[in-house]
Amino acid sequence: MTSTLVPGPTGPAARSGIARLAGTMARTWRANLAALPTLASLVIFAVMIVYGELTYGRIVQYNTLSNLLVNNAHLVIIAVGMTFVILTGGIDLSVGAVIAFSSVAGVMLANAGWNPWVVVVLMIGSGTAFGVGSGLLIQYANVQPFIATLAMMFLARGLASTLSTTPERLPEDSAIRSLATRFKIVDGERVDDLIVTPGVIIAILIVAAGFFVLHRTRTGRTVYAIGGSEQSAALMGLPVVRTKLWVYAISGTLAGLASVVYTARLGIAQNITGIGWELDAIAAVVIGGTLLTGGAGFVLGSVVGALVLGLMNVLITRDGGIRPEATTIITGGILLVFVLLQRVLTARGRGRSGESVPARPPESGLA
Amino acid sequence: MTEAPPIVEMRGVSIAFPGVKALDNVDFRLFPGEVHTLMGENGAGKSTLIKALTGVYRIDSGSILIAGQERRLHGTADAQSAGISTVYQEVNLCPNLTVGENVMLGHEVRGRFGVNWRATNRAAAEALATLGLADLDPRRPLSTISLAMQQLVAISRAMVTDSKVLILDEPTSSLDANEVEALFRVLRALRDQGVAILFVSHFLDQVYAISDRLTVLRNGRYEGEYLTRDLSRTALIATMIGKDLEALRSLESQRQAQERDRTVVPLVRAKGIGRTGSIEPTDLDLHRGEIVGFAGLLGSGRTELARLLYGADRPDTGEMEIEGRKSALHDPVDGLDHRIAFSTENRRDEGIVGDLTVRENIILAVQAKRGWARPLSRREQEGIVREYMAALNVRPADPEVPVKNLSGGNQQKVLLGRWLATNPELLILDEPTRGIDVGAKAEIQEIVAHLAGDGVAVVFISSELEEVVRLSDRIVVLKDRRKIGEVVNGPGVTAQDIVDIIAAHGAEAALASDLVDPDGKDRAA
Amino acid sequence: MSTTGTGPRHLVRRQYFWGIVAIVLLLLVNVLKDPGFLALSVNPANGNLVGNLVDILRAAAPILMIAVGMSLVVATGGIDLSVGSLMVVAGAVSMEFLKASGDASSGGVALGALGLALAVTALLGALNGILVSVVGLQPFISTLVMMLAGRGLAKVITSGQNTAASNEPFRWLANGFVLGFPVVVLLAAAVVVAVAVVVRRSALGLMIEAVGINRKASRMAGIRPRGLLLTVYGISGVLAGIAGVFATASVMTVDVSRTGYQLELDAILAVVIGGTSLAGGKFSIGGSVVGALLIATLDKTIVFLGVSSSATPAFKAAVIIVLCLLQAERVRSLFRQRRAAGSPVSKEGVAA
Repeated sequence: MTSTLVPGPTGPAARSGIARLAGTMARTWRANLAALPTLASLVIFAVMIVYGELTYGRIVQYNTLSNLLVNNAHLVIIAVGMTFVILTGGIDLSVGAVIAFSSVAGVMLANAGWNPWVVVVLMIGSGTAFGVGSGLLIQYANVQPFIATLAMMFLARGLASTLSTTPERLPEDSAIRSLATRFKIVDGERVDDLIVTPGVIIAILIVAAGFFVLHRTRTGRTVYAIGGSEQSAALMGLPVVRTKLWVYAISGTLAGLASVVYTARLGIAQNITGIGWELDAIAAVVIGGTLLTGGAGFVLGSVVGALVLGLMNVLITRDGGIRPEATTIITGGILLVFVLLQRVLTARGRGRSGESVPARPPESGLA
Repeated sequence: MTEAPPIVEMRGVSIAFPGVKALDNVDFRLFPGEVHTLMGENGAGKSTLIKALTGVYRIDSGSILIAGQERRLHGTADAQSAGISTVYQEVNLCPNLTVGENVMLGHEVRGRFGVNWRATNRAAAEALATLGLADLDPRRPLSTISLAMQQLVAISRAMVTDSKVLILDEPTSSLDANEVEALFRVLRALRDQGVAILFVSHFLDQVYAISDRLTVLRNGRYEGEYLTRDLSRTALIATMIGKDLEALRSLESQRQAQERDRTVVPLVRAKGIGRTGSIEPTDLDLHRGEIVGFAGLLGSGRTELARLLYGADRPDTGEMEIEGRKSALHDPVDGLDHRIAFSTENRRDEGIVGDLTVRENIILAVQAKRGWARPLSRREQEGIVREYMAALNVRPADPEVPVKNLSGGNQQKVLLGRWLATNPELLILDEPTRGIDVGAKAEIQEIVAHLAGDGVAVVFISSELEEVVRLSDRIVVLKDRRKIGEVVNGPGVTAQDIVDIIAAHGAEAALASDLVDPDGKDRAA
Repeated sequence: MSTTGTGPRHLVRRQYFWGIVAIVLLLLVNVLKDPGFLALSVNPANGNLVGNLVDILRAAAPILMIAVGMSLVVATGGIDLSVGSLMVVAGAVSMEFLKASGDASSGGVALGALGLALAVTALLGALNGILVSVVGLQPFISTLVMMLAGRGLAKVITSGQNTAASNEPFRWLANGFVLGFPVVVLLAAAVVVAVAVVVRRSALGLMIEAVGINRKASRMAGIRPRGLLLTVYGISGVLAGIAGVFATASVMTVDVSRTGYQLELDAILAVVIGGTSLAGGKFSIGGSVVGALLIATLDKTIVFLGVSSSATPAFKAAVIIVLCLLQAERVRSLFRQRRAAGSPVSKEGVAA
C-alpha cells in the first residue's frame, strides 16, 4: 500500500532539486506507462526500416516510403475505426467484407452513370449502415460483438457476391479515380520521388480526427471508460449505450471510406476484396499497443502498426524467398505473439486466483 | 442534530423478486448533516435499499421522497440528477483513466478545441483539495493510487456534482486502520457541511465511531431506527439477528459437552493457513464426528477460510495435513479426492448449474469425481437422486425439471444433495439454511447432526448464531478476517457468549494473543 | 421425461422442429418445379441409389461433420472460426501425400493420407484448445488467427497449387457406394453416431454443458474446465479434417482458395438452427444434424431452381441474424417481468 494519507498539511516544505526531478520523472513514467507498448511499436518500425535498409537496400528513400503510405492508406483508415471498437472491448470482424460490398456496389453504380460524388457518399454510407446494424445487434439484442460483426461480415460478403462475382472496372475517366492522383511533393532522382495522394491526405485527416475525438471529447474518453469498466462507466452516468453505438457506426463508416480510397487507387472492385483485412486491422491495432481487452491504446499506435504490417509486406516481397502465401501465417503469428504478450503482462498485474483462467472478458467475445 | 426535514424519505417501500421479498414495507429517513448507517446481516435488504435509492431497482410499492418531493428514479443518471451519489465497495471508477478524468468526466471544462484538460484538471485538483488530497496529481492514472485514495476520488466525483446525499456501500472493507481514519475525517467534514451520508458497513467499531444514527434491517423488514449513542453494541447485534436480549440468554447449547480424546489424530489439521487479503494465517483442527461452527459477522472471513479447506482457493501461507499426511489442495478436484465437500454460500454463481436438471445437478460432483469416462448409469443416477430428494424433501419432486425453476430453498437442498452424494468425510456447509423455510431448516439441522453421528466431520457456517450454538460441538469465532477465539460448546454456552466475544474484541485488542486459544479451552464469559 | 414446456431441452426440441419443417417445405418447392424430384432409383449398372435426395445427403456429409464439431465448441461457450481452413489443410495434406506416394491403387497409402490429414487437423484443433483454455485467449481471436493462418498453411503445403492426386481407395471414400448407399453418407452417419454416443453415453456431454452454463459452479463441483476445452477443440479439429477429406476426395483436388471457404458460416448456421444457443450451455447433436441437412437442401434447391448461388451466403447470414435476434428475444422476455433502467440486472442474489 502507498504511504498513509495525511489530509491537510502537506509533506516536507522544501524538497531538493534532485528529489523533485526524480518525482517528475516518476510521475511522467507512471502517467505514460500505457504508452509504452506504442513506443515499442515505434521502435519495432524503426528497427525494421534499419534492417530492411541494411539487408535489401533502397528502403530509406522517398518512393519506398511514399508507396508505403499510399498503398496502406486504406489499412490506416480501417485501423483507426478498429481502434475505437477495440478500445471499448469490442471487435469488428466485418470491415473487410464491408469494403468489398461498398466497392463493388460503388463501382457498379459509377458504371451505371451515377454522379461520382453521390457514389462516394453512398459507398461511405453503406459502411455506416453495416456498422449501425452491428451496433444495434450488440446493444439491443445482446449479441456478442464478435458474433454480430461476424454475421455482418457474412452478410456483406454475401451481398457483394450477389452483386457481382467478377471484377468490376471503374471507368477510366471517373472522378473517383481523382482521389488517387499522385502529387509529386519532392522530385528526387529518377523515380525516387516523394508522392502523396488525396487518399493519403484523407488517411492523415482521419487519424487526426480520431486522435482529437479520443483525447479531447467526452465521447472519446467514454470510449476508454467503457473499455476500462463498462459497469463503472454506466454507474458514473456516462452515455454508455450511445457511445457503443457510435463506435460501431464509426468503424463501419471508416470501412466505407477506406473502400473509397482503395477503389480509387485500384480502379477495380471485386467481391473477394478485403478477405483477411479485418485480421490486418486487428493486428495493426494490437501491434500499435492497444489492449485487445480494451481500455488502453492510442490511435497513433494503430497507424504505426499498420505501417509495420505494410513494411513487412514490402520486406517480404523484396526478399523473394518467402512465399506470398505465407504472409497470412506471418501476420497471424505476429498477432498471436502480441496478444499473448498482452495476456502475460496483464495477468501478472491481476491477483492470483487458483482458478483456471478464462474469465469472461468484457465485451468482444465468448470466453 | 437536525431539525430540518429529511432529505431522503422512504415510506412503506417494498421490492420483490421471484421467490423472495427483498424489502417488505420498509421506512427509512435520512437527514442532511448526519452520518446514518444501515445495518443488517446477509439477506437483510441493505443493498436492495441502496439500489432503490440509486435508481437501479424500481420499487413495487411505497414511495421515495427526495427533498420532500416524491420521485420515481429510472436509472443511475436520474438518481444523480436528484443529488444522490454513490461510492461502491469496488469503487466503481475506471482504473485506466486518470484521477482527473474520473473526477470530472461528464462535467469537463470544454473549450473551442474540445476538452480543455488544463482547466479540467485544475477543477479536479480543487475538488480533491477540499478532501485533503491537494498533493494528488490529477494526471495520474487511477490505477496507480491506493484503493483508499481511489475511494476519496470517488467521493470527490460525488462532490463535484454538488450531491446532497452521499451513499457509501461498504467503503472500508479493504482499508487499513489509518486509511479508515482518513476517510472518516473526510466524512465528518462533509457532514458538517450539510451533506447527508448513508453509510453501509458491518464493522461494528467503525459504525460506532462514525455514525450519528442507525437503521437496522432484518430479512427485508425494518427493525428500527436508533440514535447511535442510545444503542449498545449487544443490543444492536441482538436487533440484527432478531433475538431480544432475554431470548439470547436463554438459548442454550443442545450439544453435550464432549470429551475430546487428544490422542486421536485430527482428520484435518490446518497450520497457519491463510490467504492475503481474505484471511489471516489460522490454525484449525477438525475431528471426525465433530461439528465445528464458524461464528462471526459478515466479512469476518468465514467463507474465505472454508474455501481454503476445500481447495477452492489456494492458500498463500501455511499447510494442511489430512489424516496426518501433508496435503496441498490446489483446486476443488483435490478437495473431492480427499473426500471433502463444500457447499457454497452463493448458490447462484457457484452452486447451481441452472439449465441442467435437478438430477444432473445432484449427481454432478459424484460424476466429476469418477471422470468423464465412467458415467453413472441411469439407474444409479435415479437411485442417488431418489434417496436425496426424499431425504431433503425437495419440491417439486420431479428430478427432470431445470434446477433454475426451483425456489431458492429447494435449490439449496439440491446442492446439499449433490455434496452428500459424494459421501464426504469432511462436509463444509456455508450458509446452508439461508432462504429456507423453518421446517426445512430443522430438517437440515437434523441431517447434519446425523452425519456427525456417523463420523463425518462437519464445518457449519451460518449468520444465525442460534443455529451455530444449537448444532456445534465447538465454535470458532472469527472477526475482521481472523480467528479470535474458540469455544467448546456445552450446556451453559449461549449465543450471548458468542456475541460478547465479538463485541468485546476491538481493533486494539486484536493483537492480544490471549484471546486466541489454540487449545480451544472454554472461553465462555 | 418431464414435459414442462418451458425447459430449455423442450425449447431445443421445439426449435429444430422448425428446421425439419423448413426442409420439408424446401423439398416441396422442388417437387413443385419437378414432380419427379424425390424419385429414387437404382442404377442398373452398379446397383447404386441415384436421385436428388442422395445428392443432398452426399453434399450434407462434410457440413454435418463441422456442424457437430461446432456444437460441442459452442456448448462450452466458445466458437471455432477455423473449421473451414482446417478442412483445406486436411485436403492439402492428403493430396500432397497421395501425389508424393504416387501409388494410385494402394489402400494403405489412402489410409496413410487419411491418418496424416486427421493428425494435422487434430493438432491444430488442440492448439486452438491450448490457446483458449491454458493461455486464456478469447476463442474468437485464437480461432480467427487459425482461420487465416490455416489457409495460408495449406497454400504453403501445396506451394500455392491446387494439388490433384489419384488414388482409388481414397476417392472411393467420397464417391464409392456400398450396398447401393453412398459411402460418404454412411461414414458421416457413423461419425455422428460415434460422437453422439461418446458424448451422451459418457459424462462428457454433461460436463460440456455444465462448463458452458456455469463455469464457476462446474469448477466447484470438481470438473476441470481446462482439459475439457482442450478436448472439445481437438475434436472440432478432427471433425473438420474429416470434412476436408470428404470435400477433397470427391474431386481428388484441393482448391486452396475455395475448399472450405466460408463454411464456418454453414457450421454456425446449422448449430443455431438446431437450437443450440451461441452463448453456450445445452446443445443438441440431433439439432445440428437437422441444421446440416437443411443447409444441404437449401443449397440444392437454389441450384435446382436455377437461382444464382452467389446470393446464398447473404441469405444464410440474414437467417443467422434473425435466429440470433430470436434467441436473444427469448432471453429478454425472461427478463421482462422485472427491473429497469437499462442494464439487465440478474435476479435472485439479494446478498444485502
